[in-house]
Amino acid sequence: MSASPLTEAKGVQSTFTTAPWRERAEEALIPPLVALLVALICGDLLILSYGQSPAAVYRMLLEGTWGNAYGFGQVLYKATTLAFTGLAVSFGLRAGLFNIGGESQLAAGGFGAALIGLALPAGTPLILALLVCMIAAGFAGGVVGAVPAYLKTRFGAHEVIVTIMLNFIVLALLNWFIAGHLHVPETLHTPEIHAGVLPRLADIDSRFHGSAANLALIVAVLVAIAVWFYLFRARGGYELRAVGLQPQAAEYGGINVNRVWMRALTFSGVIAGMGGINYVLGYKHYYEDGFASGAGFLGIAVALVGRNHPFGVIIAAFFFATLSQGGLAIHAFVPKQMMDVLQGVVIIAVATAVPEVRRLLRGARGRSDA
Amino acid sequence: MNPISFVTQMIRIAIPYLFAASGGVVAERAGIVSLTLEGFMLSGAFAAVLGTNYSGSPWVGVLSGVLGGLIFALIHAVATIRYRADQVVVGVAINLLAIGVTRFFLKLFFASSSNSPRVAGFGGNINMAGFDNPLLWLGIIVAPVMAFVIYKTPFGLRVRAVGEHPDAAESVGVSVKRVRYAAVALSGMLAALGGVYLALDQHQFTDQMTAGRGFIAISAVIFGRWDPIRAALACLLFAAAETLQIQLQGSHAIPSQFIEMIPYALVIIALAGVVGRAVPPAALGRVED
Amino acid sequence: MTSSAAPKSASVVPAIRMDGIDKSFGAIRANRGASVEVMPGEIHALVGENGAGKSTLMRILGGLMKPDAGHVEVNGRDVTGWSTNEAIAAGIGIVHQHFMLVPTLSVAENLVLGAEPKTRGIVLDYKHAADDVRKLSNETGLVIAPERLISDLSVGEAQRVEILKVLFRGARILVLDEPTAVLSPPEVRELWAVLRRLRDKGDTIVLITHRLDEVVEISNTITVMRAGQTVARVNTSETTPAEIARLMVGREVSLSAGKRVQPSGRPTGPQPDKGLEARNLIVVGSRGIRVIDGVSFSVRPGEILGIAGVEGNGQTELIEALAGLRPVFAGEILIDGTDITRRSVAQRHDAGLSHIPEDRQRRGLILEYTVANNLILGVQKHFSSRGIIDSTRVMENAMQEISSFDIRPPNPVLAARALSGGNQQKVVVAREMGREFSVLLASQPTRGVDVGAIEFIHQQLLDARAQGKAILLVSAELNEVLALSDQVAVMYRGKFAVVMPAAEASEEVLGEYMIGTKKGNAA
Repeated sequence: MSASPLTEAKGVQSTFTTAPWRERAEEALIPPLVALLVALICGDLLILSYGQSPAAVYRMLLEGTWGNAYGFGQVLYKATTLAFTGLAVSFGLRAGLFNIGGESQLAAGGFGAALIGLALPAGTPLILALLVCMIAAGFAGGVVGAVPAYLKTRFGAHEVIVTIMLNFIVLALLNWFIAGHLHVPETLHTPEIHAGVLPRLADIDSRFHGSAANLALIVAVLVAIAVWFYLFRARGGYELRAVGLQPQAAEYGGINVNRVWMRALTFSGVIAGMGGINYVLGYKHYYEDGFASGAGFLGIAVALVGRNHPFGVIIAAFFFATLSQGGLAIHAFVPKQMMDVLQGVVIIAVATAVPEVRRLLRGARGRSDA
Repeated sequence: MNPISFVTQMIRIAIPYLFAASGGVVAERAGIVSLTLEGFMLSGAFAAVLGTNYSGSPWVGVLSGVLGGLIFALIHAVATIRYRADQVVVGVAINLLAIGVTRFFLKLFFASSSNSPRVAGFGGNINMAGFDNPLLWLGIIVAPVMAFVIYKTPFGLRVRAVGEHPDAAESVGVSVKRVRYAAVALSGMLAALGGVYLALDQHQFTDQMTAGRGFIAISAVIFGRWDPIRAALACLLFAAAETLQIQLQGSHAIPSQFIEMIPYALVIIALAGVVGRAVPPAALGRVED
Repeated sequence: MTSSAAPKSASVVPAIRMDGIDKSFGAIRANRGASVEVMPGEIHALVGENGAGKSTLMRILGGLMKPDAGHVEVNGRDVTGWSTNEAIAAGIGIVHQHFMLVPTLSVAENLVLGAEPKTRGIVLDYKHAADDVRKLSNETGLVIAPERLISDLSVGEAQRVEILKVLFRGARILVLDEPTAVLSPPEVRELWAVLRRLRDKGDTIVLITHRLDEVVEISNTITVMRAGQTVARVNTSETTPAEIARLMVGREVSLSAGKRVQPSGRPTGPQPDKGLEARNLIVVGSRGIRVIDGVSFSVRPGEILGIAGVEGNGQTELIEALAGLRPVFAGEILIDGTDITRRSVAQRHDAGLSHIPEDRQRRGLILEYTVANNLILGVQKHFSSRGIIDSTRVMENAMQEISSFDIRPPNPVLAARALSGGNQQKVVVAREMGREFSVLLASQPTRGVDVGAIEFIHQQLLDARAQGKAILLVSAELNEVLALSDQVAVMYRGKFAVVMPAAEASEEVLGEYMIGTKKGNAA
């Protein structure tokens, strides 16, 4: 659609028209670019404070992540988990709900996969075992996600607080299960699973030897496509986004808001739970207490930078995974802790950029109702 | 179990919560979501150790700790008030940033990934059970003082107005932004004091030493329905549960993990309205204007 | 700009003088070279349609925003671009249409907010504040107890507090923005008495309104605005409502908007099982108050039942209950004979109900969605097969509605946010009236809509009536109700005070029912 000229309707109020696609693209893409810029500047400062040359360090970062197969494999592995948690958060946000429970949903999912994996007899066909384990992972995550969903629809309890609280509760519960009953002595993980094992990328292409990347990433991509299709092509997605954008109008339009919320938060949990297969089925083949650490919260960053769009989330997941792996690659020169700082800075930068960009692009939202 | 030793331990455990919760109350009453208490506390703890280490005096540590919390609070304030970024997202980011920054500087200054060197603290006389620590006394009075500020001073009136109906406040010439900046700054400094107490009490900084205390504080704020005294009572309640768990450590009556869950479960119950409704300030978290 | 202004004696300095004011919000030009001049000690009416720029102009005066261009003078002093604090200090007091009161605080606390009396510099002196409130109350005759919480006050009482608030700060120039929108006629008269008392005391009052009868009743001088510009400044005594109306819209307007004689689509003979029927509806609101207290009526096919009444008497809740957005405590609702009382919104749609909501931006539209997507809101399941939305049919539908209802700009992928108020309303109307329905609820269908679109929407309603639809119309504009309805009901405190044929109704006749002094034939 080409830009149409400004028109004035009946001389009372002017309409505001530009090419709609361009407007939305600008609003969507500028904040992540700002984030990249801020990350670069901040990174420069931190690197310089260590007396190193930013250019050299960045080159080393890229070589250590995208420049060699092992590094790239690690990036793929980390991006997979982040993709799951990012998709989970963004799915909830599309319905107007903030799921901070990624930490516990991811852990619960991994736990569920491990339990079922251990329970399956050793001769189970691989595809079946994987399917069953994945369902278990999703189910466990969904159960955790259903709690805030129920409390919100029944009591109006705000999901942000409930999910944060539930994180602690569920993680403590899981810790109790493992520490009390299920762990291999001297460790905090379950016995090894033999039934549902996701092949590593290294098994397919030996250049990836040593990296944790596994076929869970294909599952992640499939989930992303499924989420995209649901949100933008399905009637359920139309209703879900309507609820997220304007719940009162959705209600007026006959959409059952509570049911949408219930579905959205629960499925957000399911997606996060499925992320557990990356570590449990694809990497270590057991559940370990604390494996999820940080991925849930980072999922929020991924959703934010990915602008809540499934494909944006994939890209953002790669971005954060690169930062994380890059930290290890440059550790000899600049401590990897620098990446922790960069993460926080990027999130704040994007969070700040989003409303600012919107404001600048739309002109000041005025109180012109006179 | 000696009741006196129970109470004194409970109070000692409660102090960081009391500081942070008092800060959380004032910021949330002004309408700004305070998931950041954890990050403020952590930065206060580190800055306190930094200051004490290089000066030798814990009082300098207190000052630097408060300054550390203030810096993070200002970042939070600018992002959410000036730029109207989503308060929950920024809150999560501040916590991540605090972890990252403290780790980074821990490495930079102390060449360690896990802990700082030992530093001086307050008190130390075992027979005083911690009550020779001036920060402890400060922590005991911070909640009543905050109650006074909120309900009896013009600043407190403005905070309450701004958190319920910012447009009304703006229309009579009260600068909503300025009140919110002040409230967030205050919350940063108070929460940081909680971290200062923690670090100086343990005489060192360890990575992520706050271990979720900031979230217990925000639980106290919610469970106490955004009232300073009620939040303080909630802090004591949570601290009591924790003390119980420590003192019962030998007997395996209740697993420690379940005691850990108590504050969080109580908040969820409060939000579900089982024990009366927890209604937040009307303008809390809203990014309009 | 035409002006038959009163001769100004050169020595009297205007209390307010604004000229050449420009103010834009993005692409919307709210003020274009607007001007206004108010002499001290007069009640000045600032009139214009919705969107004419009146509120914006006064907000600039009050320091809530700065003009892009132009000058502002108060009592001869150039104050262009000043802040709210400076304006308040100079004696400007704005009483807003939507009250700026903190509900959880008391009257006294709201009054002293920003100017708190202190003892010993830190403690808030509540007693002092309460005393000040009482003193001012007695002086001005605006009586209200200082300890009462705002959330416990009635609308009229809350407005009293708003006025007290500005007087408390020493306002000598008061600007009231649509103050009577939420008042009943006796409350309006009380307000006039207060304003006259203040004027006689020497205060200057600017009344922003679009109600011509008020203008004529209370003001000394009038400024007329249209499309962001000032088009006239006249003395009230030298003009007529018809002339003011013409200036407001730029062409001849029929004030009584005459009864359009149209063949009623009402089939002859009784039709007991058709149309909309309500039986003894009771709806309970917050704090257990009955906001609808036993309402019964029926609207037959080809009939328009118009509900008049001051806003806040239950009209909104009635429409919400009928639409399924609010639970019914007791009573029944029937559409074409089917009891739909316990049915969901979606089920009511299926039963033939359409609803034009009073708040199009919050209820009627999803501003971020495209026009095309908004046009299927509520009927999206008819545009999908096997759970997937058929975008071709959605587009076809959009193009069709856009052309039938003349929605501008005619771009289906534009976000609804980008349309003007009138066009947004047309999207809602197109959707609600473009589908299969037998009963239509139309709530404030032309609020905030420009005159051209108003006529269009009125015609749509009359066409629907001619086609045999049953229409329930709720409007705060009495003229609209009288012009369109076959039967008129007045709502007062959750009940129908009276129902009568429109031919017998007029403002005088209905007025007393509206304020509750007369109780009529309705249950």
